[in-house]
Amino acid sequence: MSDNNNSLTTEDVRKVADLAMLNLTDEQVEQYTPQLGSILSLVAEMDSVDIEGYEPTHHPHGLVNVYRDDVIEAADVTESVMASAPDTENNQYKVPPALGEEQ
Amino acid sequence: MTKPVSEQSEHLPQGWEMVIGLEVHAELATESKMFSPAKNEFGAAPNTNVHPVCLGLPGTLPVVNRKAVEYSIRIGLALGCEIGRCVWSRKNYFYPDMPKDYQISQYDLPLNGEGELELPSGLTIGIERAHMEEDTGKSTHVGESGRIHDAGYSLVDYNRSGVPLIEIVSKPDLRSPAQAKEYVEELRSVLVAVGASDGKMEEGSMRVDANVSVRPLGSDELRTRCEIKNVNSLRSLTRAIEYEAKRHVDLYDAEERPVQETRHWDEEAGRTRPGRSKENAEDYRYFPDPDLVPLEPSAEWIEEIRASLPALPKQRRESLMALGASALSAGVITQRDLDTLALETVELGADAAKVLKHCENNLADEQASQLDAPRFAALVKMESAGELTATQAKTVLAEMLESDKSPADIAAEHGFEAMDTSELEGLVSKVIEESPGEWQRFCEGDASVRGKLQGFFVGQIMKATQGKADGKAINKILAEKASS
Repeated sequence: MSDNNNSLTTEDVRKVADLAMLNLTDEQVEQYTPQLGSILSLVAEMDSVDIEGYEPTHHPHGLVNVYRDDVIEAADVTESVMASAPDTENNQYKVPPALGEEQ
Repeated sequence: MTKPVSEQSEHLPQGWEMVIGLEVHAELATESKMFSPAKNEFGAAPNTNVHPVCLGLPGTLPVVNRKAVEYSIRIGLALGCEIGRCVWSRKNYFYPDMPKDYQISQYDLPLNGEGELELPSGLTIGIERAHMEEDTGKSTHVGESGRIHDAGYSLVDYNRSGVPLIEIVSKPDLRSPAQAKEYVEELRSVLVAVGASDGKMEEGSMRVDANVSVRPLGSDELRTRCEIKNVNSLRSLTRAIEYEAKRHVDLYDAEERPVQETRHWDEEAGRTRPGRSKENAEDYRYFPDPDLVPLEPSAEWIEEIRASLPALPKQRRESLMALGASALSAGVITQRDLDTLALETVELGADAAKVLKHCENNLADEQASQLDAPRFAALVKMESAGELTATQAKTVLAEMLESDKSPADIAAEHGFEAMDTSELEGLVSKVIEESPGEWQRFCEGDASVRGKLQGFFVGQIMKATQGKADGKAINKILAEKASS
């Protein structure tokens, strides 16, 4: 797995940056590619450990079933959150046009 | 139980079949939201049902609403799903209606695994999974033309943000728009029956996305599918599926291929249009949410919920079918919520066939739910005893929905009384004498001629008696006279 360093390309980094909405300069892409690659090779090293018989860990606490009851608590925050928004209209957040799909 | 089979589509050229899978999102009928104590309510003033958690403010932490999990388990049990340990995951994407920039959902370990839904027609549709997630806020696009692509700006309301959702994903087992409609209707009935959701498509508390592809008839391949969004009614759903499947066949005919993508249904134009290009599952960069611990519903809790489930639509239809109803009429009567009335009325000694017939044909009115079994039974008994003809019974029944009067009183007001057989025979003879040509053809004609003329004679006699005569009795007299 020693060649794992080379498996991460600058294209991969650009794609990940794009998904995270980060604008990276060409220099930054060159800088981060080997850094992220070395993290991946660390993960690849862990992949080589025999974990036969171990359940995957989804949470480090080991706790399960933390619930609250279905009770309404009014926060009454409309005014204060609207006051902190850059722009509002009719108690709604006013944002740049969202193009594409309405989810 | 019938598994889906290959089926030539009536909407497509010979040799093609549709392959349809549906994703149904339903908002759960909790008081508060999925992870925050803000009110879960439709139609409130903008940004009034909000809380720091559902606004994604820094430093806030989500806590799972137990009731939402209970409702989801109710749905899972009703669909026969495997219910087990589940893990919350973050689905990462950027959109203004998602203030955290991720949606909390379930990915590799959903609460409800595989199950199935049996439709009234007898078809069984596989369920892939039914997982929990949170709803997004709602953005309204404001622009000169009002169209999304020319929007000047968007307004965002987070009242819906964080409302508990269940997403029920079917297997690609549906073969026609009609089956898709039947599936959504049945699923809606189940959600409402178990009390988990109000299932209102018009308020957006139930939303359907359709995955559509086509393939050569009889093949078992799964070709490239497109996901159709923005179908806001059952009518849109059937139209959108039909349009999209035809589009795929046209592409294959032109030796092209559909591209896997999300498309939007344009109701006005009657067509689908490409939306944002479909992101690969990896692009959402799902990972377990560190703010939430896994759920492991105990067997005791699941059994307790199972014991509290009401009769499901399928069981309700089956109890009507046990009275002799066809699958189709059992479906209609259950859909109208008249099955309990029918069962109680039959229990009181009324003739089951007549009760079912009235429920199916004469009780489409919404007020029918106000009808009580004792009065309904009294009416049907009068009909069975020959005191009312079928036509008269229908008239009386319609008036029973308007008032609390007994069927006997209503019948008396109309002067309905059983017509004497000899009186009726006299009338039939008179009508026959007046129409000798028709009578001759009735006696000598084949079944189809006879059927038409039977209608003619019954109509004449009904006219002469102002509808008081019993149609069956007339038919009997006509048959006797013709054979004598």
